[in-house]
Amino acid sequence: MMALLDRAPVELLHWFLGVLGSFGVPAWILAIISALIIIGTIIGVFLGLFALTSVMERKILARVQNRYGPNRVGPFGLFQPVADGIKMITKEDLVPRTADWVVHLLAPVVMMVPALMVLAILPYGRGMVPAEFDAGILYFFAVGAGTEVAVFMAGWASNNKYSVLGAMRAIAQMISYELPLVISAIVAAMIAGSLSPSAIVAAQSGFAFGFLPQWFAFTPWGFAAAFIFYICALAESNRSPFDLPEGESELVAGHLTEYSGFKYATFFMAEYVGMFAICGMFVTLFLGGWQAPLPFLDIVPSWCWFFGKACFVAFTMIWVRATVPRLRIDHLLAFAWKFLLPMSFAAFLSAAAWHYAGRGPLAWLTSLAIVGIPYLVLGTAFTNRFAVSRRTYQFSE
Amino acid sequence: MNFPGSGIIKGLAVTARNMAGSYIEKDRLTTEQYPEERPTLPENSRSFPFLVFDGEDPESGMRCTSCKICEKECPPQCIYIVQDRDAAGKALKRPKVFDIDIAVCMSCQICVEVCPFESIRMDQVYELSSYDRFGALVLDKPKLLKSNAYYHGIHPTEAAETDARLEADRKKKEAAAAAKAAKVAAEKVVKAAQPEAQP
Repeated sequence: MMALLDRAPVELLHWFLGVLGSFGVPAWILAIISALIIIGTIIGVFLGLFALTSVMERKILARVQNRYGPNRVGPFGLFQPVADGIKMITKEDLVPRTADWVVHLLAPVVMMVPALMVLAILPYGRGMVPAEFDAGILYFFAVGAGTEVAVFMAGWASNNKYSVLGAMRAIAQMISYELPLVISAIVAAMIAGSLSPSAIVAAQSGFAFGFLPQWFAFTPWGFAAAFIFYICALAESNRSPFDLPEGESELVAGHLTEYSGFKYATFFMAEYVGMFAICGMFVTLFLGGWQAPLPFLDIVPSWCWFFGKACFVAFTMIWVRATVPRLRIDHLLAFAWKFLLPMSFAAFLSAAAWHYAGRGPLAWLTSLAIVGIPYLVLGTAFTNRFAVSRRTYQFSE
Repeated sequence: MNFPGSGIIKGLAVTARNMAGSYIEKDRLTTEQYPEERPTLPENSRSFPFLVFDGEDPESGMRCTSCKICEKECPPQCIYIVQDRDAAGKALKRPKVFDIDIAVCMSCQICVEVCPFESIRMDQVYELSSYDRFGALVLDKPKLLKSNAYYHGIHPTEAAETDARLEADRKKKEAAAAAKAAKVAAEKVVKAAQPEAQP
């Protein structure tokens, strides 16, 4: 029964294609229909998650600030995204007179396409990978980098100084954080011995002592890499505390300043889908993908675990947003280049040490030392460098 | 020396405590969900003036005597009064028209201060928005007249004090009338007694 539920999405698709096949539909049309159904399902699921997250984010932020949050539209305000969507669609779509309207129009599309394309390689469940790539991780980051182009297109085409400044900040930030992001992802790929997401998930299967999941996040190098990946994921999806491309206090709304109506909604949607994609990648690389955390929980369908974990990671992102204030641009870049990049190299070395020290107690010790010592040294140096001292006024006495 | 990153952990703990706490402790949520939950207004809060009447019938119990002091004193001149007259054209001690334009009124309470008959008082209603810019915001006599019981309901202390003063005034007047009557009676007695005493 549970095994059937686990396979339900795949079986349903096969059954539907079988029915179509019995009517004499040719195989190549069936292949196209199958692809379209998979694409439609994934886009539908992620847009549903986007709608749910946008309302949950507002509710969680409100609760952190001891407010109720949206609770007017529907039960517990759950239909708020519908109201927001109607509002966005009915708003006037403004294009500045001096804007390059073609690029201005294309930017949200270019933003949306990579955000949806990267969803193709994520393993959503046991045997549920829409596109089985050997170099899936490479594809994910290569395509994902396309959003940077979209951000700069938006900023440049708007012909507005705040938009350009915001876009330039976004580019500086995204390129700086891309490096530690990719290196920390490589760490997981290196230990798994493959760039294929399914192989990486498979490498994290099994339980130590019969109950401890062998996820990469539970090893010293994996924890360090997951930590770096998480921070970079926040920066890549332009989320607080790295949301300064849209820092409203100094840049109005950055590259989104001149966008309104449905184009703005598309940007917003792409940002959330991109965030979910990177949460899914985080889960795949470090949190064991679709695998259950405990052996007896295996009866829950694997795709439930994947989405459950991804939602949990998204929740922590909202939690961080509610906690950490926005960084200054020079602090942000210094953090990427002087802390995250060396730390990602340390995680890389640590993973190598783990591999060659035999993955036993000795491996634990060496890899912990290789990530722990640089963390303490760099972290202390960083806290001292940016320590806030008490302000003293020379002439105040 | 702090462990690097401990500050962020502390911050996360604070936000988590607030988030969980808002589900457990209801006092944390100070938001008043307005249309469902009504605010309890402070006793001295005020919005716009209304006219107090005694007893059951607004027309006969009306305290206003159409003295027009409030109309004269009103700084933005939002009060409009026309005195009532009987068939013979003799002025009566009551208003025929009493309008207050609450679009103009600034809730200064000067009309209340100057009213010698304790007739005009401040109301507490606040949901007065309407689709009509002009007519609906001019309150006429039927809309303005509200009973003394209503006044006791919104401003209990002030209403009790007003009633006590009115009662005291009435007693004083009665006492004065009684004294006058007694004096008149006494004079009569004296006058009656005098002829006998004089001769």
